[in-house]
Amino acid sequence: MAALTKPKNLQDVAAPGRDGVGASPLRPDGILKVKGDFAYSSDLWHEDMLWGMALRSPHARARILSVDVSAALAQPGVYAVLTHEDIPGSKFYGLEIRDQPVLAIDEVRFHGEPIVIVAADHPETARRAIAKIVVEYDVLPSIGPVEALDPERYGYVHAPADYKAHAFGNIVHSQHIHHGDGDSAEVRALADVIVRGEYEVGMQDQAFLGPESGLAVPAEDGGIDLYIATQWLHVDRQQMCPVLGLPPEKVRLTLAGVGGAFGGREDISMQVHACLLAQHTGKPVKIVYNREESFFGHVHRHPATMVFEHGATRDGRLVFVKAEIVLDGGAYASTSPAVVGNAASLGIGPYVIPHAAVDATAVYTNNPPCGAMRGFGAVQMCFGYETQMDRLAAELGLDPVELRRMNAMEQGSVLPTGQVVDAPAPVAELLRRVKEMPLPEVENWRTADGPDVRELPGGLSNTTHGEGVVRGIGYAVGIKNVGFSEGFDDYSTARVRLEVIGGAPVALVHTAMAEVGQGGITVHAQIVRTELGVDQVTMAPADTRVGSAGSTSASRQTYMTGGAVKQAAEAVRAVVLARGRDRYGWAPAFAAGLRLAGGKALTAAGEVVADLVDLLGDEPVDETTEFRHRPTEAFDKVTGQGFGHVQYTFCAHRAVVDVDVELGLVKVIELAAAQDVGKAINPLAVVGQIHGGSTQGLGLAVMEEIIVRDGKVRNPSFTDYLIPTILDTPPMPVDVLELADAHAPYGLRGAGEAPTLSSTPAIVAAIRAATGLPLNRVPVRPEHLTGT
Amino acid sequence: MEFLRPATWEEALAVKAQHPSAVPIAGGTDVMVDLNFDRHRPDALLDLNRIHELHTWQIADDDTVRLGASVPYSKIIDALPDRLPGLALGARTVGSPQIRNRGSVGGNLGGASPAGDAHPPLLASGATVEAASVRGTRLIPIDDFYLGVKRNALEPDELIRAIHIPSATGPQQFAKVGTRNAMVIAVCSFAVALHPRARDVRTGIGSAAPTPRRASEAEAFIRAELDDTGLWTSAGELPLSTAKRFGELVARAAAPIDDVRGSAAYRRHALAVMARRTLLWTWNDHRATGRAAA
Amino acid sequence: MKVTFTVNGRPTEADDVWEGESLLYVLRERVGLPGSKNACEQGECGSCTVYLDGDPVCSCLVAAGQVQDREVGTVEGLAQGDTLDPVQQAFVDAGAVQCGFCTPGLLVQTHDLLNRAHHPSDAEIREALSGNLCRCTGYEKIMDAVRLAAARKADARDAAPTGLEG
Ligand SMILES: Cc1cc2nc3c(=O)[nH]c(=O)nc-3n(C[C@H](O)[C@H](O)[C@H](O)COP(=O)(O)OP(=O)(O)OC[C@H]3O[C@@H](n4cnc5c(N)ncnc54)[C@H](O)[C@@H]3O)c2cc1C
Ligand code: FES
Ligand code: FES
Repeated sequence: MAALTKPKNLQDVAAPGRDGVGASPLRPDGILKVKGDFAYSSDLWHEDMLWGMALRSPHARARILSVDVSAALAQPGVYAVLTHEDIPGSKFYGLEIRDQPVLAIDEVRFHGEPIVIVAADHPETARRAIAKIVVEYDVLPSIGPVEALDPERYGYVHAPADYKAHAFGNIVHSQHIHHGDGDSAEVRALADVIVRGEYEVGMQDQAFLGPESGLAVPAEDGGIDLYIATQWLHVDRQQMCPVLGLPPEKVRLTLAGVGGAFGGREDISMQVHACLLAQHTGKPVKIVYNREESFFGHVHRHPATMVFEHGATRDGRLVFVKAEIVLDGGAYASTSPAVVGNAASLGIGPYVIPHAAVDATAVYTNNPPCGAMRGFGAVQMCFGYETQMDRLAAELGLDPVELRRMNAMEQGSVLPTGQVVDAPAPVAELLRRVKEMPLPEVENWRTADGPDVRELPGGLSNTTHGEGVVRGIGYAVGIKNVGFSEGFDDYSTARVRLEVIGGAPVALVHTAMAEVGQGGITVHAQIVRTELGVDQVTMAPADTRVGSAGSTSASRQTYMTGGAVKQAAEAVRAVVLARGRDRYGWAPAFAAGLRLAGGKALTAAGEVVADLVDLLGDEPVDETTEFRHRPTEAFDKVTGQGFGHVQYTFCAHRAVVDVDVELGLVKVIELAAAQDVGKAINPLAVVGQIHGGSTQGLGLAVMEEIIVRDGKVRNPSFTDYLIPTILDTPPMPVDVLELADAHAPYGLRGAGEAPTLSSTPAIVAAIRAATGLPLNRVPVRPEHLTGT
Repeated sequence: MEFLRPATWEEALAVKAQHPSAVPIAGGTDVMVDLNFDRHRPDALLDLNRIHELHTWQIADDDTVRLGASVPYSKIIDALPDRLPGLALGARTVGSPQIRNRGSVGGNLGGASPAGDAHPPLLASGATVEAASVRGTRLIPIDDFYLGVKRNALEPDELIRAIHIPSATGPQQFAKVGTRNAMVIAVCSFAVALHPRARDVRTGIGSAAPTPRRASEAEAFIRAELDDTGLWTSAGELPLSTAKRFGELVARAAAPIDDVRGSAAYRRHALAVMARRTLLWTWNDHRATGRAAA
Repeated sequence: MKVTFTVNGRPTEADDVWEGESLLYVLRERVGLPGSKNACEQGECGSCTVYLDGDPVCSCLVAAGQVQDREVGTVEGLAQGDTLDPVQQAFVDAGAVQCGFCTPGLLVQTHDLLNRAHHPSDAEIREALSGNLCRCTGYEKIMDAVRLAAARKADARDAAPTGLEG
């Protein structure tokens, strides 16, 4: 077919489609959100709606001797008071292991465990009813992570028979990695210096702002419609159906507006409770946690104790690393097994080390259950190995960045799991970039009117006018996996529909991806614009009418559901172009060479051959596909060898801090990051992820910890669990690198978690530089800095 | 629960006399947290918002500020920083701008939390609490006001009408330690006020004992030191060793505990540092203004 | 009890209010204005910030009965019909909205700041917004949004006619 070379038919094909991949279009939900019109899960309302609430255990470990709900039931305005005895189906749920009772049965295993649920006509009625429930306990000494390792002496968190196949003693899961010759005597002999350190990471909370909440509406078919803020609709449903005794088609979930997640919505919280109450009362039931209940209602980041030994030659080549890690999994398994897998396999950091022996273990305790939080097992390790790198550099008299660069992994490096890294791994380059960024001004707090306390440690509290203030600079880099690992069948489903509406081509995207704020929906529209050359893209609400999208976690959604949307759009395009073959008699090879852009079909040379509207005609094209990443495999139980992770992601930080060394107060002055994102599908959003992740790392470095004593949570409030305010958060210059990963859609690399890793150790390194203190625990408290 | 809304001060006193268990609510920044989290279910709330005079202040002939109990912190920061510099500094550290738009000194005193940020400056300036009931009005010296953890000297039928605070005659400072750079409850806090006319120095310690308290021994020490060395007259430099000793004595006056916000040892340590620094700031200010006046 | 007040200029009445209820609950659950958010109900997050007689306050800490006969302004009242307030537009444009749960409170607080200070310094912005927690953005884009809104408002003031035609 002869080409028509009329200039007016030529399109600018080099430029990405307007608001396509690589642009930063505005969020489709942004206007609703700034107008206050966006419906979050806690905003839902229904005629005749009841309020659900839970009675929670005040004890970490106790036998329940009796539960008397009669007074609660007798209270006017109360519609249901349910215990585990009222559950129609299975009484347990769990993400990986079904070990968690929906409502406590005969025993409570953590402070805050739900025992009874109530539905009433007003939150205050529910509160008064709960206050009237009488529970008799036989309080038992709680088992912490140290006691957990000696169950014969201190007891079992779960009866040993209940562990079934998945655990022994109080150990939920452990993973060993043996690389090279491990830490054998011969290997040790090769090292000129060996640095040993013990580190601790406190329990961090996701502290998303939108509380756990949702509305369960009983349906006429005996099923339930649940409007919910979650990270993974389908796995919520999978855990709920057996409890409710309903088949999946009768439990329909729709995503309501989600106020952040960060891992804290990976497990279910109030989902089943609301549905049980709705089932029981036949009325819509809304549950909204308050901030205190939220602290009890979701899993936290695993506290960790870590012992590291790093051996190196005099000139700074790493020889071996040995690491022993114990993670406090709390009372129930949640995602502890996968967290252990990450801790073990990522435990030596982004370095090439010929020999390694890593042991990671999660234990059951009577502490709050721990599970997913941004960084998922890699955060704790990064604090450990990066502190070791600094100590090693000091021991060897080397520049800490130089030591890291000398040992940095790169494409082609072999990980301790035996996996060869087959995509760019610019660790040394990222370090170089953060180091080269201009440093912030010294003594920026000095002004013509005297010191500006807002720029000083202590801030508005007016604790210093410059006295005792010392500056420090620190660096760190980390490695995080992307997507689900260890042989998990990780997939996402997307449906794309293209049709002519009002004379223009319009695409609809339907997935079950949880938009939790990360901007996945913006990215989906960009992908469809790029692939189908249309301007208008609408988003169907995420729900269970379409297949699973997997969780909004593991930095995976742009890769996975983005990949699924791309694949579905490609399928739509194939159908559209096939119509051209029928309609215009295009040869198959010619049709295959066409692209869609600007509402037209074009040749590679940019020549318009048809209008999309004409190609589509009256008949919509509607395609649904499942997208999978390359399969991974489980780590060998004994050696930890295996192609366990599909993709790796890296971020480096430089932190500049001012420390009031006398009062032990810290002001982070600047937190610079460099990160490789493969391809910035949406540059504005990717920078937003790096900022947010870095700030959560800042929180862990200097303030955030759920304080647990004898199993009791001491600070379940925003008064005493402090997260960074805008005055605690510094300017954060970001350098984004785009080195494509050939295995991933558009070459992109998951980006959400990596910045959470290295931010913490970089800040603590900077504090060490200012104070000269070892600081082996985060969060760093004023007590640690002042020796009090 | 009842919601009582007196329109005048007299009505408020009458209502309080009839319902001694009614909980007064001013800015609500303490009361509402307790209600929202089911820590307290009073029979009645006594709303003070409608009583206009509680939101106003007057300056008496002797320069004493009579601060209405419900004047929000943001007003103190904007309108009274010259007369009440210590209190204004403390006010600026209370919660957030939104909290400061509602929270009041009357509420801080009503709650009598040892961590309240108004207390140290009130102690250091020698304030007096004007408490009233249908039985009459009492002026309670601030030193006698705090009785125990969250306990004060008010009778069940009494309300705070105003706080009488002498206008500053010399520099005042306030510092508080928290583990965040804004919006933080005090781990411990300290206020100091120089009273050059009286040749006196007064202090206030917060969050480091069951009640806010003064550091009497430290005050006596610095008073004597300034007198003995003639520094009030010479306006010379305050030796660092003197400031250090003052800090140590302030720390010794505290009786802190270990809790989630901080350890007792840290509190003592931080008080010593803050006391030393703030004393030097005030003294250096005093010298500078003295020189300027000279 | 019954509470009568003005919200966003409209006279409003809430019936059967429990005496311990907060203004936030009344707005969200009784008068159909769920835009103000309930992230903590302890005054710590600022997501519930509303104007009360012109001052930004945490609506979770105002007793419902205290707003009798008073004026409340919420995020829903910032836009003029479909025209966003410059502060709202700047938050969208700058990428300051991720999950958006902090956004309504930040908008009201920023709106107030820019009414009082036309050219706030970074330190002033940070102090003014220190009672509004955001867990998603790390605040960088929020700073950008406030600076952008301030600049646009300044431009609008410059462009506004200054003559007598008023
Ligand atoms: C997020 C947050 C942060 C905070 N940060 C700080 C802080 O940094 N520093 C600090 O000091 N405080 C802080 N607070 C506590 C609180 O804001 C202060 O104590 C404030 O001064 C209380 O004033 P209010 O008017 O809001 O009191 P309310 O809550 O109305 O009342 C407090 C108490 O005083 C009683 N009361 C009120 N008025 C009178 C009266 N006229 N006569 C008798 N009794 C009365 C009440 O019955 C109640 O017991 C914070 C609170 C919150 C929610
Ligand atoms: S909900 Fe009111 S301040 Fe958090
Ligand atoms: S955007 Fe999510 S809390 Fe701010």
